[in-house]
Amino acid sequence: MSSEEPLLSMEDVEVHFEESTGLFDFRSEPDVVRAVDGVSLDVFEQDVVALVGESGCGKTTLGKTAIGLQRPTGGSVSYRGQDIWNARDGRGDVEIPFGDIRRSLQIIHQDPGSSLNPNRRVMKILEVPLKRWQSQMSAGDRRREVLSMLQEVGMSPPEDYAGRYPHQLSGGEKQRVALVRALLMDPDLILADEAISALDVSLRVEMMDLMLDLQKRYDTSFLFISHDLSNARYFAAHAGGRIGVMYLGQLVEVGPAEQIINDPQHPYTKVLRWATPDLNPGSGGGEPPVRKIDIPDPKNPPSGCRFHTRCPEARETCTKQIPPEYTYDELHTVQCFREDDTHEYWSSQQLEDTDAELFKAADD
Amino acid sequence: MSLNDTFTSETELHGVSDPIIEIRDAEVVFEMDRGVSRVLDNVNLTVERGEILGIVGESGSGKSMLASAILDAVVDPGILSGSITYYPENGDPIDVLSLSDEELRKLRWESISMVFQGAMTSFNPTMSIRGHFEETLDAHDFDIEEGMERGHQILSDLYLESERVMDSYPHELSGGMRQRALIALSVLLEPDVLVMDEPTAALDLLMQRSILALLESLKEKYDLTMVFITHDLPLVAELSDRLAVMYAFELIEQGPTNEILQNAGHPYTRSLLNATPNLDAPLSEMRPIEGSAPDPVNVPKGCSYHPRCSVANNRCVEADPEYQQITEEHVAACFHCDDAVEAIPLTHDQAVVQEDEP
Repeated sequence: MSSEEPLLSMEDVEVHFEESTGLFDFRSEPDVVRAVDGVSLDVFEQDVVALVGESGCGKTTLGKTAIGLQRPTGGSVSYRGQDIWNARDGRGDVEIPFGDIRRSLQIIHQDPGSSLNPNRRVMKILEVPLKRWQSQMSAGDRRREVLSMLQEVGMSPPEDYAGRYPHQLSGGEKQRVALVRALLMDPDLILADEAISALDVSLRVEMMDLMLDLQKRYDTSFLFISHDLSNARYFAAHAGGRIGVMYLGQLVEVGPAEQIINDPQHPYTKVLRWATPDLNPGSGGGEPPVRKIDIPDPKNPPSGCRFHTRCPEARETCTKQIPPEYTYDELHTVQCFREDDTHEYWSSQQLEDTDAELFKAADD
Repeated sequence: MSLNDTFTSETELHGVSDPIIEIRDAEVVFEMDRGVSRVLDNVNLTVERGEILGIVGESGSGKSMLASAILDAVVDPGILSGSITYYPENGDPIDVLSLSDEELRKLRWESISMVFQGAMTSFNPTMSIRGHFEETLDAHDFDIEEGMERGHQILSDLYLESERVMDSYPHELSGGMRQRALIALSVLLEPDVLVMDEPTAALDLLMQRSILALLESLKEKYDLTMVFITHDLPLVAELSDRLAVMYAFELIEQGPTNEILQNAGHPYTRSLLNATPNLDAPLSEMRPIEGSAPDPVNVPKGCSYHPRCSVANNRCVEADPEYQQITEEHVAACFHCDDAVEAIPLTHDQAVVQEDEP
C-alpha cells in the first residue's frame, strides 16, 4: 500500500432507497431504506480491502457504489481524483471520461451461473469485451488472447473449455470464466462480491489463491466482499490489505487484516469473530454473545450507535449519541465509545434486555 | 469374514449401544444413457439415540442422497437397496424400506422429520406460517389446539415472536427467521429424529452459529436425535458428537468429533481439514485439495480417492480398502492411516500447540 493518491476514494457516501408505497398513496411518507449511511473509504493501487458483515448490512451496495454501478444519494465517489458521477453526467471539467472509468472498475458477481449467458459458448462470452474495447484486434488475436487467459486461470486444455456452454462447467470453473472476463478489461479494481461463497469450502482456498496470484501479476486492486471473516482474513492478509466491518450501512471498524482478527476493537467485530467457526474442539459454542439474534429493520435503524440493540457492551449513552470515528492505530479506525477512556459512556447504565430473558418471560 | 460378521463387529466397534437408525449396505443407482450412476455406494451407518451426528462432504459427494435414503425418499428413477431400520423408543424395529405408502407417510414427520436446504422453497408462498402449522397437524390427525400451543412454544424457544411469525407470510420474514420457523415446523409433531440437510446454508455466519446454539437447546428440551448434513466441516464440528465424512458416495471415515479433528486417519479428511480457512491456523499452511471429485458414472477402481491422494500406492489402485480401526470408536477406509498422519500434518493442530506454549 502506498501513501500516494488513492485509486478510488469514497467520501461520506450515502445510498438511500425509497420504497414506493403504491400509486395512489400520496399522503404517507415513503419508507427509506438506508443501505449505506456516511461511509468514507479509500482504496489504493494494488490494494486489497475485504468488506465483511451480515446479510443486509449494505456491503454489496457499498461495493457497487464504489465501482460506479450504483449512484450514491449523498457524498462522492472519485476515481484517481475524478468524480465518477460528474464524469457520467458531463458536469464540470471531465478529466477521465466515464467510459474509461467504467472499464477500469470491474465486478465478479456472487452467482457465476446467472452472470454467464447460458446460450453462448465460453469463447463467445469472453470475446465480447475484447470486441467492444479493442475493436482493432483481429479475430485470430482475440481467440489467442482468450485461450491464453483460460490457460492462465488453470482451465486446461483451453480449447476444450472455450467450446463449452456455461452449464457444462462446474461452479468453480464458471467463477474462473467470470474472473477472466473481468481481467480481459485490464481493470484497476475488481469488485469480488461474495465471489467464493457459492463454492464448496474445500474449493474456496484454491479460488482465493488464484485471485491473489492474478492480483500480483496484473497489479489489480480488489474489493472483496464476504460474510465470512476467515475468508476475508485469508484474502486480505495474504495481500497485506485491510478488512472493513460493516453494520447496518455503516463502516464500524477498518484496519489491517491481522489486527482486525487478533486485536478486534469494536464489540461487533468481536461478535463476528465468535461466529467464525474454528476447528478447535471445545472453543466457542454456547449462547451467542449478542443480546438479540435478529438484525433490526434498516428502514428504521436504531438511534445513537446502531449496534446498541444487540451489543453486549451497550450502555444508556449508546442509545442517544452516535459514536465518532476513533483512530486506534495507523490505518485502524473504530466507531465505538469504548475507545475513549474518559467518555461519559463509562458512567452510564448498562443495557440488559436480551432475547433469552424476553422469551423466558413468555414461557412463564 | 461374512457380511454379517462385519456388521456385528462394526456395531461394537462404533461403540453404539442404543441405535435409533441403522443403515446397512445402502446403495442408490440411477440408470443413465452413459452408464450406471452409483450415487450412494455401500453405506453403513448407525445413528445413536440422543446424539448429534454430523455428515460432511463436498457438493456432489452423495450426502443429500443419504438423507433422502433415510426416509426412503429417493427420487425416481433412482433405485435404493440395502436396509434401513428405525428403532422406536418403545416397540419393534421398523424396516423403513418395506413400509406401505401410508405407513411411510406417518413415519415421516411423526418419527423422523427432515429440514431441507432453502427455507424459501420449502414453504408455500401463498400460505401464512400459521396455515403451514395447522395443515401439518391436520394431515397427521393431531389435536390442532394443543398442537398450535406447542407450535407457539417452539417458536419462542427459537427466539421468535410467535404471534407475529404465525401471522406472517414466508416472504415477510428474514432468511434467518424463516429458517427457524421451518425448524419449528419440523419438530411440531414431536419426532424422535431430525434430519437436516444444509439447514443453515445461504445464511450469514452469525445467524448460522446462533441457530446452531438454539438447536442444541432444542435438542435437550425435546429429546431429539439430530443428523446434520453439511459441506461446512468447521460449522458442524462445533455441534456434533460424532462425524461421518463422505467422499465419492462412500463414507470414508467415522468417529467422535474430537478424534476426527485431531487425529483424522483418512488422507482426504486430513486434506479437507487443511483446506478450510481458519482464523487460528498460520496463513501459509492452508492448502487446497489437488484435483477434483470423481464422476458418479466413472468412479476410480480401488480406493476412489487414490488419484488425488499423496500417500496412495499400487495397493490402493487394486483394492478398495475396508474400514481400519483407529481407536475403539473411530474407523477410516484407508490402507495407510499411519502414513497419512505423518505425510499430512494438520495445520489447525499446530496453531493450538503454539497457542498453548507460553
